[in-house]
Amino acid sequence: MTALLSLQNIWVEYGDKVVLERVNLDIEAGSFVSIIGPSGAGKSSLLRVILGQEIPTRGQMLLDGLPLKPECGPDRGVVFQRYSVFPHLSVLHNTVFGLECAQAPLIARLFGSRRRAALAEAEDMLDAVGLSDSLHLYPAQMSGGMQQRLAIAQALIKRPRILLLDEPFGALDPGIRADMHALITRLWRDYSLTVIMVTHDLREAFSLGTRVLTLDKRRRDPHAPHRFGATAVYDLPLTKRMPAPEATADSITLDA
Amino acid sequence: MRWVNRRIRRGNSILLGAAPIALLVLLYLVVAASRHAANSNDKILPLPGDMASAMSALLFQPDPLSGQLIFWADTFASLQRLGFGLGISTLSALLVGLLLGALPPIRATFGPLVTGIAVIPPIALLPILFIAFGLGEMAKVALIVIGIAPFMIRDVAAHIAALPREQIIKAQTLGASSWQVMVRVALPQAMPRLIQAVRLSLGPAWVFLISAEAIASDVGLGYRIFLVRRYLSMDIILPYVAWIALLAIMMDVLLTWSSRRLFPWAHGAEH
Repeated sequence: MTALLSLQNIWVEYGDKVVLERVNLDIEAGSFVSIIGPSGAGKSSLLRVILGQEIPTRGQMLLDGLPLKPECGPDRGVVFQRYSVFPHLSVLHNTVFGLECAQAPLIARLFGSRRRAALAEAEDMLDAVGLSDSLHLYPAQMSGGMQQRLAIAQALIKRPRILLLDEPFGALDPGIRADMHALITRLWRDYSLTVIMVTHDLREAFSLGTRVLTLDKRRRDPHAPHRFGATAVYDLPLTKRMPAPEATADSITLDA
Repeated sequence: MRWVNRRIRRGNSILLGAAPIALLVLLYLVVAASRHAANSNDKILPLPGDMASAMSALLFQPDPLSGQLIFWADTFASLQRLGFGLGISTLSALLVGLLLGALPPIRATFGPLVTGIAVIPPIALLPILFIAFGLGEMAKVALIVIGIAPFMIRDVAAHIAALPREQIIKAQTLGASSWQVMVRVALPQAMPRLIQAVRLSLGPAWVFLISAEAIASDVGLGYRIFLVRRYLSMDIILPYVAWIALLAIMMDVLLTWSSRRLFPWAHGAEH
């Protein structure tokens, strides 16, 4: 059982403020990892490090055993809470963007049969997230839930090794959120995705995830609270949907 | 009902907007008529008839010296200078603004230079331009460009730099290179802002055009106004000023319309 993504002794520091300390994580292919924790515990910092948006001050990350470049790339897809779709492109062109970038390095636009193939692929992807009726709308004309569906379709068309979700449903109302939970679960199964999701909704973390990580500070110095960073204090594998038999309910450990 | 909540219907808003203009025209006519009643040769506030006859000479009778219809030659010369000035400024705002806004190393290198140029009063550079480019068209166009391009560059660059970081990150996770982020994410979103910057620069561009024409020129709307000032010819100055205002309004309307037409996504609800 080799890990898809492996974080080794990751530290994130801003000046003398330690945000994350000694984070060691192995994430298996096909898992759905929820990250929870109090505000300011470095959930988003950890996600940004994995995404490559932020460079850890210490430690290294391996994807398939190879060191990751500290820069965003198509191997890691992302859906943010807001602003992750392009307002100047229609739904269809938002989705086809990833294909155009890969196939036309210079003009990032496709023509002829390649364009038709890319558009067809994008339409299939949009069908999978339930946006097949809205191909020609602009993001500003859509609800928050539809925009997040689009952001997911946009990311998935690149077939990323890991899909990172940064509080993706935090701004949605409860009914829509339930629909989105069903959608992301279905996509996770259908496309055998590996998902890492940051959330502050405990129920969401436990109902979607196959593994729940809790980030918090292990130690506190009352005189200099910023000098200790957060790390994974709980690492709970959830059995209910895990295909792997080795996971058991009693494996609630401190810092696995 | 509170005034902040009042909604004005379209017909009413045209009526309301026209009222102060009509009132001002009426006021002018009353004062002009009373001055003419006292002195039938008054030149300061000419009556519409005087303006029409003075203008018809410029509009329809060829100038004996050059053989041109002066009004149209002035308009053409001024619009050409303005067009070149605005065109060069817009193009450079797009190119330089895009580079400055999207690429932090370029911004760090050239940002202070652009800011430095932007704070120089352009009219102070006019002597340098006249010395460098002579008294021809080049110096006038250059004054407009130096006057408005730095502002437009900074506006476009700031707009691009303020695009949500999430979008830029997202584009990279979709495989976009720096170049692709610039041409597919930053550039299209800068376009409506660029048109907005052109609209805001129209006023200063006219100021620099008229200044350059007033100082050294032999044709142009600004040149004509300053020339006939020597003869106290308000009957030509006032129609020329009105014509400049009309041209400026038409450009503004055209820019607004084209922005809505070309970039509907940037104009909220009404697409």
